[in-house]
This record gives sequence, C-alpha cells and structure tokens, in this order.
Amino acid sequence: MSETLPKNNIFKVIGASSLGTLIEWYDFYIFGSLAVIIGHQLFPEDAGASALINTLAIFAAGFIVRPFGALVFGRLGDLIGRKYTFLLTLVLMGGSTFFIGLIPSYKSIGYAAPILVLVLRLIQGLALGGEYGGAATYVAEHAPKNRRGFFTSWIQTTATLGLFLSLGIIVITKNILGAETFGDWGWRIPFLLSIVLVVVSIYIRMKMHESPMFSKLKAEGNISKNPLKESFNNKANFKMVLLALFGATMGQGVIWYTGQFYAQSFLENTCKLDFNDSRYILLWGIAFATPFFVVFGAWSDKVGRKWIMLTGMLLGIIFYRPIYQTFLNDTDYTKVEQSAILSSTPAPVHSVLIENTTDSLRTVSTKITLKNGASFNSVQTDTVSATKGVLIGKEILKDKVLPTPVFWKFVGLIFFQILLVTMVYGPIAAFLVELFPTKIRYTSMSLPYHIGNGVFGGLVPFIATLIASFSGATPLSGLWYPIGIATLSLIIGTIYLSNKRDENIND
Amino acid sequence: MNILKKFLGLVWMVLGPLTMTFLFIQAIDKVGLTHTDIERTNTILQWAIILFIFLPISLGLMIFGFYAWKGEYDHLPESSEEL
Repeated sequence: MSETLPKNNIFKVIGASSLGTLIEWYDFYIFGSLAVIIGHQLFPEDAGASALINTLAIFAAGFIVRPFGALVFGRLGDLIGRKYTFLLTLVLMGGSTFFIGLIPSYKSIGYAAPILVLVLRLIQGLALGGEYGGAATYVAEHAPKNRRGFFTSWIQTTATLGLFLSLGIIVITKNILGAETFGDWGWRIPFLLSIVLVVVSIYIRMKMHESPMFSKLKAEGNISKNPLKESFNNKANFKMVLLALFGATMGQGVIWYTGQFYAQSFLENTCKLDFNDSRYILLWGIAFATPFFVVFGAWSDKVGRKWIMLTGMLLGIIFYRPIYQTFLNDTDYTKVEQSAILSSTPAPVHSVLIENTTDSLRTVSTKITLKNGASFNSVQTDTVSATKGVLIGKEILKDKVLPTPVFWKFVGLIFFQILLVTMVYGPIAAFLVELFPTKIRYTSMSLPYHIGNGVFGGLVPFIATLIASFSGATPLSGLWYPIGIATLSLIIGTIYLSNKRDENIND
Repeated sequence: MNILKKFLGLVWMVLGPLTMTFLFIQAIDKVGLTHTDIERTNTILQWAIILFIFLPISLGLMIFGFYAWKGEYDHLPESSEEL
C-alpha cells in the first residue's frame, strides 16, 4: 500500500493536496493582512482603535469556528472519504472569500456590512477546519512510514506560503493602484482573485484518488459508523485528544501566530512602520525560513517529533521579549537630533469640520528624511475651537521607513521567529497522524489541531492587542499571552508526551 | 516521572477553575471601566468571545488534570490498538 507507492505518485499526491491547502490559507490570511483597511470600510469613521479590535475579532471568529469545521468535515471525511470532503471545503472557502470582496462598505449599508462579513468569515473558518486535517491525513496515509515527517512537512509549508502569497498580491496590487485607490476599492481585488485560484485547484483535485487506507477500510466494511462518538466517547481516545491539545498544538499555535501575524501587526500598528516596509520584512523572512519546514519535518523522522517541537516553544519563550523590545527601540524616532535630519517637507495643512459643532480638526503633516536613509511622517492633529482657541493634540510619528541595515536586522529577527514556527509546525502533522487510528483520524486529529492553532493561535493578534490597550500596559504586555500559553504547553509536553514514533498507522 | 505526572494533574485541575475566575473578574473589571455606550458594547462583545472560547477549554484542562491524577498518562499507547 503506502510503502509501495512510487515516488512520482507521492509527489503528485503532495502537489494536489498542497495546492488546495495553499489556496485555503491564502483566502484565510488576506483578511488578517488587510485588517486595518477593512476596519475602515466596515465600521464608522470615528470608531478609532475599536474598529481595528472589532475587525480583529471578526478575523478571530474565523479561527474560533475552525474546531467546529474540524468536527463537521472530519466526520464527513471519516464517513464518505477524504477526497470529496476536501473538495467541498475548497468550494466553500473560495466562494466566501469571493463574496467578502463584493460586500458594500459601512457607508452604504451600515452595520449589515460587518455582519455579512462575519457570516462569510465563519464559513471560511468552518471550511479551513475541514481542509487541513484532510490534506495532512491524505498525504500521511500515502507516505512511507520512515519518511512521514518529510512528506507531511510539504503540507505544512502551505500555511506560510499562503501568507506569502497573500502579502505578495496585496503589495503588488497596492503598488499598481496607489495607496488611495487601494484603500478605497483596490483591497477587494485580492479577495476576488481567489475564485480563479479555487477553480484551478478544484480541477486538479477532481483527478485525485481516494486515500488507500480509507479505501481499504471501506472495502472491508470497517468505516466508522459514528466517528464523533468513537473519538470523544472513548476515554482512551479522548485523553489523547486532550494531551495533543495541551502538550503540543496549543503551544505550537501561539508560536506560529506570534511569529507571523502578531509580528506584522506589531510592526505596523505599534512601531508605526510603513505599510510596504512591514510587509517586505515579513516576505523576506518567510522566503528564507520556509525551507526549514521540510528540514525539521525530515529530521523528525530520525530523532522523533517531540523535542524539535518543544525546543521551538522554549526559544520563543526566551527570545520574544528581547526581539520585540529591539523592534521598539530601533523604530523610536522621538529623540532624533536636528543634525541627523537631511530634509523636512511639510504637507499642505488639512482641516475637517467636526460634525454638529463649529470646531474643526487641523492636521499638520511633515515628512522628515534622515541622513542614514530613514524617513517618517510627523503628524500633529489639533482641535481648533471658536470658543476655546487651539487645543494642541499629540504628535504621532508614522509611515516609518527603516535605514537599510536596520531593515535587514528586522528581516533577521522575523526569520528567527519563523524558524521557530518551522520547528513547532514542521513535524506536527506526522505527530498527530501517528497519534490516532485510521478510521477516526480525520475527526480526532483535526480537533486538537484547530483548537490549538485556530483558537489559541488565531486569537494572538486579538488578545495581545487587547492586553496592550489596558491602562498601565506597555507595548510589550501583549506578549505575555503567547509566552504564558507556550510555557504551559512546554511543561505539559515535556512531562507527558512520548518521543516514540508510531510506525504502524494502518489500523 | 509517573508521580510527577500525577501530582501535576492536581495543578491542572486547580488551574482550570482559577483561569475561569480570573477571566470573569477581568471581564467585569474591563466592562466597568468603559465610559460610553459604544465602548461598553464593544468591550462586552470582546470579552463575550474570550469567555465563550476559554471556559470550555478551562474545563478541558480540568479533565486533563483529572486523567493525569488518575494515572491515565502513566503509560501512553505504543500502538493504535491500545486506544
């Protein structure tokens, strides 16, 4: 069976599975990558920071329902097979992404806009919940037993490559259309483009065959009658679901989403880095680190999965605060000396009348370029009142462009964080597949994976941003959430997990 | 190692309700700090999401602790037949 599958066939299996999974991740991530712009479109203009937090909440809602998608589609996958189940998830994902691109803004339809997006986002989450477990199971059930880590790690690369693709398309679209047009309607293009990618992937997946292990079970009449009941009513199995969640996927999820998502959100919203700079840094970091998914996946075939994953968590716990402190220090332009300034170009003063008052907001913006190649915009917004005179507002430094050496230093720090992602994430598909038997695998492995990644991981940007907004919090306070969760997972994983690989997954 | 696994089980069993209590106190505290209706609605929504998600997970941690205390993780299955 799997051991005799020719090498070119296994790569066909990986290619077809990975392409669909890559597209699903792309669909899922463009929302997060455009959170700030979508926030402006979906909520009232004066919503301020709560627009971003609410948009992140909608983004997080997609993650929260992933475990339910895992249950629904996992059950289908264990009942009707892997192939047809993840064809269905692909259609649901692509369709909802396409429709998000068509939703009118708050200005046109009021609160119906965020509600409709929330519904579509929930469908996206359900679909992704059903997709990943299927793809990982499908590849693992085709792979030779001594190279399961290596082959499933290709599926693992798709999550990061999906983010890479989404960032790439967003940056290209924005640079072609210009910032203003992109913020107005151009942000819809990455969503609409998804439909083309999905059609291609459906065509490829239609040609795939059912998993050999599932076909064998089906031929022998051994398909689970009720996989949900067998997964969670059976104590021996349920305790392994809990162990997988608390000892591995929970920590893995926060490491993943801190390194890729919170990092971008932090650079853009806390450090006030330029839109393009923050994305280019992430793109380079991803490009350099992605091959390590396969390196650590293959290595886990030799030394076991456990210690590679736990080392990734430990390094995250130790280094997150110093890394993010460096981000803050190197983007702090508040103490720039006059002699370091190359040029200072003021933009025309902009005034807007405040609704239902005679007061107005006056914005004075100055672009400052430094001799070391850095630049930023100094924006001062004052309130001009007919009765109280001018109330001076706080100066904000934003759209910061880094000097070249600092830019590459940041690329290195992001690379390191994504390297940790590859350590925790590269071997995890093989780890989960080996933990559960074939007939309930799709259902059982999907649940801890999606609670760990979807809930614990997916909520990192939302919860960390929320914590950092509390009174008395510092910009680094949000990091206590991923650090705390990773520490708990590290302790549980170290003490309770076994490093032994289960070679026989055919039962 | 098995004794450590068992006694840490007690820690996880206590950590579950502690987490629940902490989250409830935080939710009440943060909603109480809001000044306007819009701000209050947003804060309630945010904390409702957090409570809805993390309360069942805290319960799961308690069950995990209970299994650990009962020695269910002293020997992990070495083949799927043992599941």
